Amino acid sequence: MKKLMKGNEAIAEAAIRGGCRFFAGYPITPQNEIPEYLSWRLNEVGGAFVQAESEVAAINMVYGAAGAGARAMTSSSSPGISLKQEGISYICGAELPCVIVNIVRAGPGLGGIQPAQSDYFQTVKGGGHGDYHMLVLAPATVQEAVDLVYSAFDKADKYRLPVMILGDGMIGQMMEAVELPEMVDVNALAKKEWATDGTGVGENRRIVNSLYIQPDVLEEINHKLFAVYAEMKKNETAVEEYMCEDAEIVLTGYGTVARIAKSAVHMLRAKGIKAGLIRPITLYPFPDEAYARIAGNGICREMLCVELSMGQMIEDVKLSVNGKVPVEFYGRVGGNVMTAEDIVKKVMEGR
Amino acid sequence: MEEKIIAAGFGGQGALSIGQFIAYSALEENLEVTWLPSYGPEMRGGTANCSVVVSDKPVASPIIATPDCLIAMNKPSLAKFVNDVKPGGLIIVNSSLIEDKVEREDVRVAYVDANAIALKAGNVRTANIVILGAYIKLSGLLPHDTVYNTIDKIFAKKPKVIPVNKQAFELGYAIEI
Amino acid sequence: MAKGFKKTKMLTDTPFHYCPGCTHGIAHRLTAEVLEEIGAEGNCVGVAPVGCAVFAYNYFNCDMQEAAHGRAPAVATGIKRVHPDKIVFSYQGDGDLASIGMAETVHAAARGENITVIFINNSIYGMTGGQMAPTTLEGQKATTCQAGRIPELNGNPVNVAEMLAQLKGPSYIARVGLFDLKHVMEAKRAIRKAFDMQINKKGFAMVEILSTCPTNWGLNPIDALEWSKNEATKTFPLGVFKDITKEEE
Repeated sequence: MKKLMKGNEAIAEAAIRGGCRFFAGYPITPQNEIPEYLSWRLNEVGGAFVQAESEVAAINMVYGAAGAGARAMTSSSSPGISLKQEGISYICGAELPCVIVNIVRAGPGLGGIQPAQSDYFQTVKGGGHGDYHMLVLAPATVQEAVDLVYSAFDKADKYRLPVMILGDGMIGQMMEAVELPEMVDVNALAKKEWATDGTGVGENRRIVNSLYIQPDVLEEINHKLFAVYAEMKKNETAVEEYMCEDAEIVLTGYGTVARIAKSAVHMLRAKGIKAGLIRPITLYPFPDEAYARIAGNGICREMLCVELSMGQMIEDVKLSVNGKVPVEFYGRVGGNVMTAEDIVKKVMEGR
Repeated sequence: MEEKIIAAGFGGQGALSIGQFIAYSALEENLEVTWLPSYGPEMRGGTANCSVVVSDKPVASPIIATPDCLIAMNKPSLAKFVNDVKPGGLIIVNSSLIEDKVEREDVRVAYVDANAIALKAGNVRTANIVILGAYIKLSGLLPHDTVYNTIDKIFAKKPKVIPVNKQAFELGYAIEI
Repeated sequence: MAKGFKKTKMLTDTPFHYCPGCTHGIAHRLTAEVLEEIGAEGNCVGVAPVGCAVFAYNYFNCDMQEAAHGRAPAVATGIKRVHPDKIVFSYQGDGDLASIGMAETVHAAARGENITVIFINNSIYGMTGGQMAPTTLEGQKATTCQAGRIPELNGNPVNVAEMLAQLKGPSYIARVGLFDLKHVMEAKRAIRKAFDMQINKKGFAMVEILSTCPTNWGLNPIDALEWSKNEATKTFPLGVFKDITKEEE
């Protein structure tokens, strides 16, 4: 049965159903409903909730819990995610699975608390030190947020890396109808042989670590991590192509912005302009093949990248399109959100 | 069919709840719905508002530029959104707090003395439910009984307040332009 | 039959990398002996710091996690909450615990997190080459206070044990030395007590161990022990600063 839920609460419940049994976090707007919900809900399912003294502590508690074998999660918003970068780098280095939710707000600095997409670079290009990536998922609806968070724990376990859910204040605060998935039986999950559950002795000791003092060993680890990312690109890349078959102008954006762009596609079509939309669902791995194919289909003449930033994803769009068609940009920042009418106006300007 | 509603007022006036009642009721009717609130400091003092989109197809943008209906619970809310309303659209003005008249000729306007009616229902705090009743009647968006029954569900944990809210809803539903 | 001196099974065969005369080795051994005594074999997770003891995960014969600098109490919190019935300990130096990780330390203590913290205070940053530590004594020379620590210029040393003892959360807070056999034995009893607190679910326990750093202090091992005994204890007096089992009596 469908239920009306706020994005943040739906994300929290989806995490529980996906097997999350440990959460540590620190209050920050606009994601507070996630820790608030989990503070009581985790107790119901025999998990643990810790309100940490800082974002730094929270991500390191997740490191400990994930290293100990639990499905672990933290959530925050942009300034808090900046503080977590050290821990994220260590988690990637130690090959630990976890889920991190970023309900993005406008920056830089303390910025504002309204929706933004200005953490794209930080999320997909690194953010912390060292060569690493996460699996980055960008839900556009509350239902999609539920589905992506739910399966994020499986994917994190499969590839042994953090999965970042990149939302924004809009999806966190919005209510929509959701169908909640079945509860995962955490006791039936495959045992993590590498996890420090305390039983290791001698040869069987498990060590969770990201320190490799010998350059050759560390180089090997770097290659190993990137082999995982290549595998992930093959299996996990996800994109929605909407009305692109005959589209002369293709809009592109991710998350909630893609919904606004989708409304713009409808309005442009009503004006007789053949518009389409590419919406990456995975921001890393980036669906470059879809962009290259559509840009080179002989019908698409132009792309318009729409973001709540000064232009971040557009760099990956341009790399993917590789000069086949011009890629224009339209962005709102500071916590302002464009309307579908604004996008239509921008498209019409060029005509 | 797609109906876009903005409900706005001072924090505490229940504008966000009006939107939630519409959203819950729309879900009961198997319609697609998004409810997007303003959040943060804006809610304190100024205009707390929510955007509700009800549709028979999946909702694309939850952001509303031109609402079909504006529910204005206070003066700043009316001033902020009055010119956005679609020609032919509906504006419900809480005349208990707003003395101004809407100067547009191309919209339907209902002036509802919500506080006085709520007092008649038995509790001034049900003013937003009076407005909800008026909206349901004047928009024809959702069946009376669906919204009426939603009151039971929303106040399931506070059964004492159900009768007064239902009374407020009925008094609001009796309003005509 | 005479009691033979043998290696505790809670240490691996990996040789320590510590400098000659450094008391990290003794602290490791005491901790490992206590772990063996309390039956922690196959029942325990340790957390290693960043600093001289960064390779501790190679030495303790149990599951280990290597934490980011200063974050060991947070990492240990995560582990303990997932495995509340396992023995969980962190082993940290003064830069790790009392400088970059002070927030994690204080809040793990304030929460009364049921973990045991072994705190090595040698008044210097050893691994990075002798810089001033949060526990460097007034007047003590370091590479970042070459004329000796001047409080007006370099601030004051931090008395971690005394500070944490003010909190409600901790069950046991003690400071011990390793400068002679008597004190080594006393240190071991304190470590045992700190682990017993965890076993009895009494909450956060910490033993601050005054340790030596002959290399960066510029002293030979014997003089280093003397300096620890005669100088370090002036700022960092030994003692039990909190023991809730005593308070309960």
